[in-house]
Amino acid sequence: MRGKNHAASYAAKTGVNILRKYIIKRLLISVLILFCVTFIIYALIRCLPGSYVENMAQRLSTAPGSKPYEEWLAQLNASYGLDKPIIAGYGSWLLDFFRGNFGDSWRFTVPVIEEFKSVIGISFIMGVISFVIELAIAVPLGIVAATKQYSKTDYVISAAALTGISLPTFFFATLLQLVFAVKLGWFDTHGLVGRDYAQLSAAGQVLDKARHLVLPVLTLAIVSIGSLMRYTRTNMLEVLNSDYIRTARAKGLNEKKVIYHHAFRNTLIPLVTIIGGSLPGLFSGALITETLFSIPGIGFASYQAMVAGDIPFTMFYLTFIAILTLLGNLISDVLYAVVDPRVRIA
Amino acid sequence: MKRDVKKPENESERTNDTQYSLNDDRRVKVLSPGALVVKRFFRNRLAIVGLIMILSMAVFSFLGGLIIPYGESEQFYIDTNMRKEYVGVTHNDTFRYIVPEGESFSSILQSRFTLAQINGNDTFEYDKAEYTLTEDGKDLYSIRTADGTLVAVAFKDIVNAADGVEDGTFTFKYEALKAYAAGKDSFDAEGKSYALDADGNITLDGKDTAYISRFVVQPKENGITVTKDFREFLAEKLDAGETEFTYEGTDYQAQYDPSQLVWSVLQNTSTHVYDKYSSPSLKHPLGTDSNGMDVLTRLMYGGRVSLVIGFIVVFLETFIGVILGGISGYFGGWVDNLIMRLVDVFYCIPSLPIIIILGSVMDKQMVDPQIRMLYLMLILGFLGWAGTARLVRGQILSLREQEFMTATEACGISVSRRIFRHLIPNVVPQLIVTCTMGLGSTIITEATLSFLGLGVKFPFASWGNIISDVNNSFVMTNYWFVWIPAGICLMIAVLGFNFVGDGLRDAFDPKMKR
Repeated sequence: MRGKNHAASYAAKTGVNILRKYIIKRLLISVLILFCVTFIIYALIRCLPGSYVENMAQRLSTAPGSKPYEEWLAQLNASYGLDKPIIAGYGSWLLDFFRGNFGDSWRFTVPVIEEFKSVIGISFIMGVISFVIELAIAVPLGIVAATKQYSKTDYVISAAALTGISLPTFFFATLLQLVFAVKLGWFDTHGLVGRDYAQLSAAGQVLDKARHLVLPVLTLAIVSIGSLMRYTRTNMLEVLNSDYIRTARAKGLNEKKVIYHHAFRNTLIPLVTIIGGSLPGLFSGALITETLFSIPGIGFASYQAMVAGDIPFTMFYLTFIAILTLLGNLISDVLYAVVDPRVRIA
Repeated sequence: MKRDVKKPENESERTNDTQYSLNDDRRVKVLSPGALVVKRFFRNRLAIVGLIMILSMAVFSFLGGLIIPYGESEQFYIDTNMRKEYVGVTHNDTFRYIVPEGESFSSILQSRFTLAQINGNDTFEYDKAEYTLTEDGKDLYSIRTADGTLVAVAFKDIVNAADGVEDGTFTFKYEALKAYAAGKDSFDAEGKSYALDADGNITLDGKDTAYISRFVVQPKENGITVTKDFREFLAEKLDAGETEFTYEGTDYQAQYDPSQLVWSVLQNTSTHVYDKYSSPSLKHPLGTDSNGMDVLTRLMYGGRVSLVIGFIVVFLETFIGVILGGISGYFGGWVDNLIMRLVDVFYCIPSLPIIIILGSVMDKQMVDPQIRMLYLMLILGFLGWAGTARLVRGQILSLREQEFMTATEACGISVSRRIFRHLIPNVVPQLIVTCTMGLGSTIITEATLSFLGLGVKFPFASWGNIISDVNNSFVMTNYWFVWIPAGICLMIAVLGFNFVGDGLRDAFDPKMKR
C-alpha cells in the first residue's frame, strides 16, 4: 500500500518535471521564433520607402526660415534610428523593446505604450463578449449536430456554420449597418459613443457604449462561430464513434448519460485546448470590424498607424500580435498535455 | 494504402440478381476508391449545392464576360439638362472711375469725391492738395487738381466695347460719356469722329464700336462673350420684370439676389456626363456605379479576377507547402527541424497587417494596377504556405513508417520518386480538401484587401473593390444595387468552395460509411 503510494507520487513528480521541461523548451523555441519574426518584420518595414519621414521632412522644410529638405530628412532619420543599417537598427530596437521603451507613435503623437493602453481595453471587452457568445452558441449546437448526424438538424447547423465561415466580415458588417443602423435606426453606424455621451449619467454612459458595441460584437461572434461549431461537431463525432461509447451503450446506459456524461467530457479535451489557445487572441483586437465601425480599439488604431506608415506603433503592434500567437500555441499545446493524460510528451 | 474495395450492391438490385449463385463474383460490383469517393461526394446534398454554386459563379464570370456587350471599364454617359450660371447683370448706381495715363486716383480720393458729390461741394481736400470737381453732365464728373490737371473722371453710365472684349482708351471713354450726357449725336476722340445715338450706341463709319449703358453684364465663365444684342435683350426683359425668356433658341432664367443687387442669369444647357448610379434598367440590369460603369459587367469581370487570384494564390501556397513539407517530413532530423521552425515563423507572421502595410506602400508608390495584382498574389501565396507544409509533413511522417514505403526502399526507387510518386499522392486527398477550403478564405482575404482599397485597384474590377463603393454612406443607403449583388456573389463563391471542401473531406474519409 505504502509502496504503491510512493510510486504514484514519484510518477506524478516526474510527470510534472517532464511537463516543466517541455514548457521551458517550448518557451525557448517561442522566443527564438519571436526573434526571427520581429527581425523579418523590422527588415521588411525598413526596406519599404519611409514615406512618413519624407512627408514630415517636406513639411518642415517648407516652413519659413527652415533648413533644406535633405538636412531635415537626415535629422529625422537619425532621431528615429533609421539611419543605421538594418541589423544594427534591429539591435537597438530590440534593446529598447526589452527596456520597455517602445518609442513614440508618429500617427498618434504620444508614446506607443500610452496609445496602446488607451485602446486595448475596448478591444479586450469586445473580444471577451463575442467569445462568450461564440462559446454559448457554438458548443451546444456542435454537439447537437454530432449526436443527430445526417439528420435535418445536422444539415441546417452544418450549413449555417459554413455560411458563417464564408461570410466576408466587411460585407456582413455593412449589411448589419444598413439594416439595423440605417433602416431601423436602432444603433449608430459608427463610433463607440453617441453624440450626447457627455451629458449622460454614469450608468447612461455605460449603456450608450454597450449600445454601440452591439453590432461590432454581433459581427465578430457570427463570423467566428462557424469554425468552433464545426470543430466541436468533428470532435464529438470522433468520440461518439469510439469504442468506449459503444461499451457505454452496451452497458444499457440511457442515451442522455452516454452523450452528456461519457462523450461530452471527452470532447472537452480538444475543446479546452482550442479555447485556451484562443485566449491570448482576445487581446489582438479585430482589425476589420473595428475599422468598419470606427471603434477605437487596437485594431482600428493599428490600421490607422499602418496606413500612415507609423513605424514605431506598427512594430509594436506586429510584435504584440506575434507574441499573442505564440502564446496561444503554447497554451493549447501545454493544455493538451495537461488535460489529456494519454498524451506523452516527447 | 489504396486498394480496390468490393462493395455489395444494395437490397433492391440484389433481388434482380437472384440467378447468380451466392458466391458468384458477378453479384459483386467492384468500385475503385476514386469511384467510391465520387459516389460518397454526390450523396452529400450540401456538396452538390456547393458544386452548383461554384459552377454557376464560374460560368457567370468567365462566360458572362464574353456574352455581355460591355467592356470591363466601359463608361456610360448620359445627357442631362443643367442650369449653369451664364452672366450676372447689375444695374450700376455707384460711381466708377477712369484715370488718364500717368495719374492716380486712390480709393481714399474716390470716397472723398463721393462725399463732396453727395454734399454738393465743388471741391475737396486730401493730403494738403485741393481737388475741384466739375459736373460735365448727369452723373458725370471730372476731377482736377488745383493747377487744372485732369486726374479722374467719375461716371455711372458705362462704356462697353461692342464686341465685349476690347476696352477703350481714356480719352475715347471720356469724350463718349460727355457727348452722351449732353445728348449730342457725335463726338471726336483721338482724331476720329464717332456717331452716337440716343440709346448710347457708338458707331465709327457705320460700324458698331461701343455702347453706353448702365447695365453691367458680366460673364460668369471664361469664354463667354456678351453681344450687344443679348445685353439689350436682357435689359429689356429684366426691365419688364420677366424672369424666364428664350434667346436664340436657348432657355434662360433670371434670379435676383437682393443682397448683391445682382441678377444672375442661368443658361439651360445639355451636358454630357457619366451615367452615375443609374437605377437598374433593361440597358443596365444592375444599374451603374460611381464611375458610370455597368455593375453587372463589373461583377462578371470582378468574378474572374477574384477566382483567378484565388486559384493562383492557392496554387502557389500548395506548391511551396508540398515541397517544403514533403522534404521536411521525409528526411526528418535537422532538415525537418529547420523547415518546421521556418513554418513556425511564417505561421507567426501576422499576414493581414503585413499585406495592409505593403498595400499602402504600393498606394504611395502608385504601382501600376496590373503589376500590383501580381504582387498581391505573390505576397498572399508566400505568406500562406505554412499551413500546407505542416499538413503535408504530418501526413508524410505517419505514411513513411508504413510497409509500402519500406517496399519502395527495398525496390531501390530514388528518393525524389519516393517522395513525389508514392508519398505525396497519398497526401493528395487531404490536400484537395485544404485547397478547396483555402480557395474560399483566399477569396475573402483578397476581397477584404480590395475593399480597403489596398488590393485589386481600379480600373480592374474585383468583388471586393465593387463593394468598397459602400464607404460612401450615401451609396450604402440609396444604391443597394451597386454593392449588395457583389457581396452576394462573393458569398456564393466562398460558400460553394466551403461546401465542396466539406463534402470532399467526408468523401475522402475512408471511415465514412455512407
